[in-house]
Amino acid sequence: MILSWLPQDVSTFGPSIDSVLKLIIYVVGTAFVLAEGTLLAFVILYRRREGGRAAFVPGESLRQLAWVLIPVVIVAFLDVAIDVRAKPVWDLVKEQSPTPALTVKLEALQFGWEFTYPGPDGKFGTPNDLVQTTFLTVPAGQVIRLLMTSKDVIHSFYVPQLRLRQDIIPGREIPAWFEVTQPGKYEIACSQLCGNSHFAMKGILRVLTPEEYQQWVSQHWPKSGAGAGKSASSARSSASGTKG
Amino acid sequence: MAETKPQSAPSTDAHEKMGFWRQYIFSVDHKVIGKQYLFLGLFMGYVGVFLSYVFRWQLAWPGTAVPIWGKVTAPQYYELVTMHGTIMVFFVAMPVLLGAFGNFLIPLMVGARDMAFPRLNMASFWTILVGSVLLLISFFVPGGASHAGWTNYVPLSDASKYLPGNYWGGNLWLIALAIDFASVLMGGINFLTTAIAMRAPGMTIWRMPLFVWQELVASVLFMLSVGPLIAGVVMLLFDRMVGTGFFLPEKGADPLLWQHLFWFFGHPEVYVVAMPGLGIVQEILPVFARKSIFGYRMIVWAVIVAGILSFTVWAHHMFVSGMNPVLAEPFSATTIAISIPFAVMLFAMIATLWRGQITFSTPMLFALGALANFLLGGVTGIPLGTNASDIYLHDTYFVIAHFHNTLVPTAVIAGFGGIYYWFPKMFGRMMNETLGKLHFVFTWVGFNMVFVPLFLIGLGGGQRRIYMSSVYTFYKPLQPLHVIATIGLLVIIVGQIPFLLNFFLSMFRGAKAPANPWHANTLEWATDSPPPHENFHTIPTVVRGPYEYSVPGMEQDWAPQAAAVDAGAAQG
Amino acid sequence: MANSAVEIGIAHAPHEVPTSFELGKLGMWVFLAGETMVFGGLMGVFILEGISHGGWGSDGAHVNWRLGAINTFILFTSSLTAALAQGAARVQDSPRAKRYLSATALLGVLFLVIKAFEYAGDFRDGFTPLAALFWSFYYVMTGLHVLHLLAGIVVIFGLMFMVTPRTPAGWLERKLKYVCLYWYFVEVVWVFLFALVYLAPTAG
Repeated sequence: MILSWLPQDVSTFGPSIDSVLKLIIYVVGTAFVLAEGTLLAFVILYRRREGGRAAFVPGESLRQLAWVLIPVVIVAFLDVAIDVRAKPVWDLVKEQSPTPALTVKLEALQFGWEFTYPGPDGKFGTPNDLVQTTFLTVPAGQVIRLLMTSKDVIHSFYVPQLRLRQDIIPGREIPAWFEVTQPGKYEIACSQLCGNSHFAMKGILRVLTPEEYQQWVSQHWPKSGAGAGKSASSARSSASGTKG
Repeated sequence: MAETKPQSAPSTDAHEKMGFWRQYIFSVDHKVIGKQYLFLGLFMGYVGVFLSYVFRWQLAWPGTAVPIWGKVTAPQYYELVTMHGTIMVFFVAMPVLLGAFGNFLIPLMVGARDMAFPRLNMASFWTILVGSVLLLISFFVPGGASHAGWTNYVPLSDASKYLPGNYWGGNLWLIALAIDFASVLMGGINFLTTAIAMRAPGMTIWRMPLFVWQELVASVLFMLSVGPLIAGVVMLLFDRMVGTGFFLPEKGADPLLWQHLFWFFGHPEVYVVAMPGLGIVQEILPVFARKSIFGYRMIVWAVIVAGILSFTVWAHHMFVSGMNPVLAEPFSATTIAISIPFAVMLFAMIATLWRGQITFSTPMLFALGALANFLLGGVTGIPLGTNASDIYLHDTYFVIAHFHNTLVPTAVIAGFGGIYYWFPKMFGRMMNETLGKLHFVFTWVGFNMVFVPLFLIGLGGGQRRIYMSSVYTFYKPLQPLHVIATIGLLVIIVGQIPFLLNFFLSMFRGAKAPANPWHANTLEWATDSPPPHENFHTIPTVVRGPYEYSVPGMEQDWAPQAAAVDAGAAQG
Repeated sequence: MANSAVEIGIAHAPHEVPTSFELGKLGMWVFLAGETMVFGGLMGVFILEGISHGGWGSDGAHVNWRLGAINTFILFTSSLTAALAQGAARVQDSPRAKRYLSATALLGVLFLVIKAFEYAGDFRDGFTPLAALFWSFYYVMTGLHVLHLLAGIVVIFGLMFMVTPRTPAGWLERKLKYVCLYWYFVEVVWVFLFALVYLAPTAG
């Protein structure tokens, strides 16, 4: 029921993150309820009674300490289990980078987002790059790689529905990747305080079906440059087939 | 700093003829200095609460005029949240838990006549007072106080072009922080020296109350963690005022450096605050359960282990910061490991209640409330310390709710418990129980009303530091939770009226307190309430541990640490 | 730190602080532990930044290591005289202790004078704090050290001023225990700074 607060989950790795979160909430929730329950029970059971006298339990012998140490060992074991369970998910999201179908450069700045597509030749820094502000348009069902830089201060790329968050540091290029399962419009939020208009630094992630996406490419991407001599169709195929 | 007073036999004429100024204002008496810290901490605390009232109103009902303040602009909003965090951590939690309780209690609890270096002690208070005043002044300089967040991440806080007009606010923030650190360093020198070298006869280290242990470990943590950040603060001041580029990427520096320096200090700092708070709870629980603390030595070792581990976890604040993701795994593991000593402490505190005789006096209510909420704060650290789930939860309200559930139970709820518990010793008068219970109910219920909804906002993806949540559609379903939270804050604020009435009226009108109103064992109860100028008429000789309650075969259910001659006085 | 003195517990002289602890010295050790972390943090950052830049290159080559070496020698000598002052104070020979102390403080002043010439030379050659990241570090680190040295000089002159023929025996000895400790610390910091800022960059 607590988990029903999670927003819609539309990335391929999102369910893995959610499953780690669920595991933690179940494990930790149980421990929490047991501990608070014990606390409450003791508080109710051992209220002061007239003429009563408390037990003398200093907890210095191992036999007494076992009452605390055994639960602690269980907690430690569960901790390790959570860590082991979380490791592959972290690897998947942050350390691996699957071969992308599309690489987009993202530049964050006070207070907006700039996305650069490589254009029909699949290379950045050529005249047929496509620059878009605010809107990041990508196809569903394909791996998108972002190469993120910042023009000024630290920003953070955050899309709740993707379960993805990555800070963007000036002076470095930081990669991130995602694959969206459902077409739709999702908000990109900056999640690192970046100035007085931080709260308004919103972008839009527009996820299209592959067909719609091809249509968008043909409408918006520059036709191949004068000297490049490629047809629009080959540009499309290279755009979806090359690495950044 | 080397200004020290040789501690050969203290002059006995000192407490006879002193003017008002020397006795209450420029005092070198640790008890007076402790109270000065308490007043400063309370004052700054209510300033911090007022700031949170203004921005919480904005969060619940964005764009409406806040009573007493008016409409909140975006720069104001960031100013308010920045200063709320800074004030609460550095100018409330530290002065109250270390400055007030540490100062007042350490010499009394170990049986010393004063701190090791009384003049240094006085200097420490006046230093933090200057820092506090500078920080408050920064609200009124052109451009207002710092807007850069309490973590003051560079380069936002570095080059003034990123926060236009906030030049002096940012500078004063750094200067006030450096002064605050200097003050706590002076205090730490005193705490450590006093607890190590000035214990009364018989007060072995394994007879020191847990509160003293916790203050001791907290002081060590502070002294060993703050150095690099002091260096960082100086470097950042140079960047801002001289034009160097220690943290500016365009000058070839790495902006992540500041985060490493900040959190290398910042995480131990959490324990610097949490440990004395837990220490207060560990003093109160045995007294009102009439039971020995469960596993005294085990708790001491847990505190020490937690202290050591606290130096190895800092980068869990930086999982998604852009640092090498491979580092996230060792830091995740250490973070999870540090939950173990804290689990030991919490379970031991719960076990202390088993088969006790619990009286629900005001201090005990606050101690139990602190324990209950610290548990919540502890368990909610796990999803944040686990790198995979932190990708989603980082910088959301889940983080806010988590750290408020660790810091508020220890610094505020346990802190209030400490005030009710030691008030008789501090001021020689009892506080009113009814008003105290009223204060507890409002504070504790209000606190949970604020922060339980914030957990849900965080799970729902609501990120922190958003001035106008209506910008994002994913925030819409979360908005009602902000309203509940703000109402919770109003409940807390209303609950402070009985406290303030109680605090100030009891100070002058309360019933005279006996030397040992709670029938407690530790040394501070073996002397008058309030203690005489140099604490003890004769320095007590300690004959047993601090928590021998309800020992079989004893007539009374408590056994003072001090030898019989003083115990007799204590019953008076 | 043992608490044996406490446990022996002389119940009837309770005002006495356990004699195995010199409060001033203990407090100074605690203070220096904190100081170590300030300088340690600064040096650590300097080293890390140096590594990430692949060494400080030509910036570091211009530092005046000759004056630095002379200053290192001066500080070593001043520590020697400080130790001799401690020795004299131990045998309650205040006049001799005062002579050694004045030598210590004057050597400290000499260090500052040479340092001032060095800074002036650096500025003349255009190596201001804004010249490069290396020079920013150079000025902050050596500047912080200069402030510490200055504080030490003031304290030593203060001590000399306070010692009169009427000063109780042992007073100076007690004070010197931690004042000299501080002085040695400032010297050790300088040795590290000299190695890091003067030798390592010029050697590379």
